[in-house]
Amino acid sequence: MKTAMPPQNYARVKTAWLFIAPMLIVLAAVAAWPLLNTAYYSLTNARLSDLSDPSFIGLRNYLNYNGYRWSGLLTSPIWWKAVLNTLWFMAVSVSLEVVIGFGVALVLHHQFPGRGLARVISLIPWAIPAVVSAQIWSWMLHEQFGIINDFLMVIGAIETPIAWAAKPSTAMWAIVFADVWGTFPFIALLMLAALQTLPADLYEAAKIDGISPIKVFFKITLPLTMPALVVAVIFRSLDALRIFDLVYVMSGRNPQTMTISVFIRQRLVDFQDIGTGSAASMLLFIIGALVVIIALLTRTLRLSEVNES
Amino acid sequence: MTRRNWVKSILRLVTVSLIVLYSAFPFYYAIVSSFRSGTDIYKPAYFPTTFSFQNYVSIFKNQPFAQNIVNSLIVASAVVIVSMVLAVPAAYALGRVKFRGRRLILLTVLGTSMFPQIAVLSGMYQLIQSLGLYNSLGALIVSNLMLTVPFTAWMLTIFMRELPKEIEEAAIIDGAGPVKIILRVFLPLLWPAMASTGILAFIAAWNEFLFGLTFVVSNENRTVPVAIALITGTNQRELPWGNIMAASVTVTLPIIILVFIFQRRIVSGLTAGAIKG
Amino acid sequence: MRKVILGIAGFLTFAGLGSPANAVEVSVSCGAFGVDLQLCTAASQRWAAQTGNTVQIVSAPVNDSDRLPLYQQMLAAHSSDIDIYQIDVIWPGILGSHFIDLKPYSNGTEKDHFPAIVKNNTVNGQLLAMPWYTDAGVLYYRKDLLEKYGAAVPQTWDELTETATKIQEAERSAGNKQMWGFVWQGKADEGLTCDAFEWVFSHGGGSIVEPDGRISINNAKAAKAIDLAASWIGKISPTSTLNDAEEESRGIFQTGNAVFMRNWPYAWSLANSADSPVRDRVGVAILPQGGANGIHTAVLGGWQLAVSKYSKHPKEAAELVMYLTSSDGEKERAIKGSYNPTRPDLYKDPEVLSAVPFFGTLYETFANAEARPSGVTKDRYNQVSVAFLQAVHSVLSGQEAAAPALNNLETSINDIQGSSW
Repeated sequence: MKTAMPPQNYARVKTAWLFIAPMLIVLAAVAAWPLLNTAYYSLTNARLSDLSDPSFIGLRNYLNYNGYRWSGLLTSPIWWKAVLNTLWFMAVSVSLEVVIGFGVALVLHHQFPGRGLARVISLIPWAIPAVVSAQIWSWMLHEQFGIINDFLMVIGAIETPIAWAAKPSTAMWAIVFADVWGTFPFIALLMLAALQTLPADLYEAAKIDGISPIKVFFKITLPLTMPALVVAVIFRSLDALRIFDLVYVMSGRNPQTMTISVFIRQRLVDFQDIGTGSAASMLLFIIGALVVIIALLTRTLRLSEVNES
Repeated sequence: MTRRNWVKSILRLVTVSLIVLYSAFPFYYAIVSSFRSGTDIYKPAYFPTTFSFQNYVSIFKNQPFAQNIVNSLIVASAVVIVSMVLAVPAAYALGRVKFRGRRLILLTVLGTSMFPQIAVLSGMYQLIQSLGLYNSLGALIVSNLMLTVPFTAWMLTIFMRELPKEIEEAAIIDGAGPVKIILRVFLPLLWPAMASTGILAFIAAWNEFLFGLTFVVSNENRTVPVAIALITGTNQRELPWGNIMAASVTVTLPIIILVFIFQRRIVSGLTAGAIKG
Repeated sequence: MRKVILGIAGFLTFAGLGSPANAVEVSVSCGAFGVDLQLCTAASQRWAAQTGNTVQIVSAPVNDSDRLPLYQQMLAAHSSDIDIYQIDVIWPGILGSHFIDLKPYSNGTEKDHFPAIVKNNTVNGQLLAMPWYTDAGVLYYRKDLLEKYGAAVPQTWDELTETATKIQEAERSAGNKQMWGFVWQGKADEGLTCDAFEWVFSHGGGSIVEPDGRISINNAKAAKAIDLAASWIGKISPTSTLNDAEEESRGIFQTGNAVFMRNWPYAWSLANSADSPVRDRVGVAILPQGGANGIHTAVLGGWQLAVSKYSKHPKEAAELVMYLTSSDGEKERAIKGSYNPTRPDLYKDPEVLSAVPFFGTLYETFANAEARPSGVTKDRYNQVSVAFLQAVHSVLSGQEAAAPALNNLETSINDIQGSSW
């Protein structure tokens, strides 16, 4: 704001606020209360069995020193295990989704007979509720009656069946596998839309110049679709940070695969401990914010750009 | 056709087949399972061994499943429409107008996607109660907005931002106001983005479970994922696999039809996008 | 039959017969589907017709992990939308603060139910829920295989291990490559708490937390029991057991691929269904004891009916609970749906026994079923249970031995307990 705004710009900004207002009002209405509620409870010792009169205990749910011993979430090994599991899950799962999702989008972007049908089919995994796909995958991956072990044994790839979801070394991978299957269509569909908006003449020019397709991808396609890809990845990452259904159905309360949301759900529902459950939710919020801040700092996500006339 | 083209076609055929196989196999397995029951579900089968529609009959007979599908359609459609109506003008403002507070708004909107659903459940419950929406589809429309609006607004902002300046400038010179610019100039170009985000938001609302379970108590008002969770076997502990698979296959069909209709919109963006060149 | 009853009910309401001026609507949460819903609806409607009140059925998911948050949300919000809640045997302690004392309405009839369940449902002297149907862990075995190899039904866990190993080896060398000795529930969920509780208690290792509040789990007998179970994995129990729940175990057993199975009584009728490969070749017995001085132990499961404190019509709701849990009410459910009654008398009832013959053999098991420590640990039961099952799971998956795991567990449970339960 170095100089005074010209009048038409002033009108433009006014219009902008007018346009944003309805969304902000609705979001404030549906989100502000529940979120502030969580923030408040995280500072109390509230229990679900009696919500009427929780007392304010400051940050003790997070960290507390009672004179001889530290306690609170930040000192809990189970919590940190859940954090590590979740971050690992997010990194691996989202990376695989991007590779597969973008790959699928590139293939389905080209014209070929049956393309419409192929696009619809590639979206099916996203259409199946996570709880159901978790059950389907547990069944298909089962050591004793799973079709995947059966198939691998028929083609001779393995001699004895593998307990994918039960062995500590593969349990987390089984969940990643089911998650990637269920969410790659999210990336694929958004990238498909991004690919549609690319200018065709650039590609024709590249073709005339005889530039290799791989080079075209890295020099033209990727940079131009990057903004959409980054946002898709941010939303997928925030979703992956909150992964719950798949983990809960596929491996229950196994600490080896426990994620932050399973931890939170356990505190809130099973333990009825609204205080620490809300505190853990706030920490998850902070972790999500850190992910976004890292994306901003590395300039992969850019907020300041506008395309103004 | 040249040799090179042949290789290309075959390569494409192989990759497309792999994609289709990967995407569809678990669903195909669900279809195969939906025809089976009893001990059969514990035996791997690559092809249907029987074609019994018993599971399909029983899901419709034992609960208002058709009504549940209609409810889900109403909720998901309303959520998408409201999200779009809120997000399109906001995306225009956030993507194409420079003003103080823009970044903060974008980050705040993103922030609402960082809380786990279970944590906001009790606050949302109070909100629904105070709005008098408890046990109605309205409760689900309102609560689902929290899940879909941030994503829709962000995605459309990005796509809106990428559209070339020249188009808007030309419209401004012609004397068009912001509403007209959005409706006449941007909307036609945004179809691929709107169709994609719309489909994703629709499915997200369609599949939402926790709010659907908690804010609605009567069977007639329940949505599909909750209805599936209510399916039980002859006993508390029996997992009625065949019924669940039949229900899952049934509720995926409307989505497939919907995607089939709207994916043409994604293609239609191609011609619109080509104009700008 | 149901139609007739409904028809009569409709007629009575229409004619104004038997409907007092103060008729109220009571809503009850039952199962959602199939026979459970039918039986619950029919019985409730019959009560409504008799009393002139009306009944609304609110179906809830059967899955505990879906049902608990729904109930909690409604109870925490003091909602009057549901009057009667159907709760798991471990929930009276967890949700107890939201339920009324049923003693003023029961007229002492709780004495006709299994004492262990009534004790479980009584917290701080208040009867928070009426027993409705029960459940307990049992041992399934393949009659044909035991006969073929001349083995008896195992009385101790060591015998079970031995017999399972022997038959598994013999069957495998005879070509049945997929045969396993013993399947059970090792998935890190409440099911594992049930299984592990049985091993520990049957070895004389106590009940994790004793009724007097003492934390007893850190003892040599408990460690021995859990180490024994860990030794089964990969030997007589498939690795998948670490992530198997009831239905996965049943799948392996029912396809003929296991000699023994620990499961609940529900698997009986399914294992004997028309398309089952093991039909008529299955026996049910009480679970083994740990060593010669052990105790045959079956963990107590099952469902209760409780009335919400926030109900607008607690009196009528309690009356409906008494109606549903009456001898006739439970008898109907036993005959038509094989739900295990909570009343000892019904296990001698000829009509019940002719409809569900295996109830007779299960009587001892049900009568002596042992409750998990949910009464003493109250609303912190789930914390104790999760700490326990996670410790056991880490032993089963070979990450630590039982003794140090139980040592750490004792510290954790101490922290959960705080100053008192």
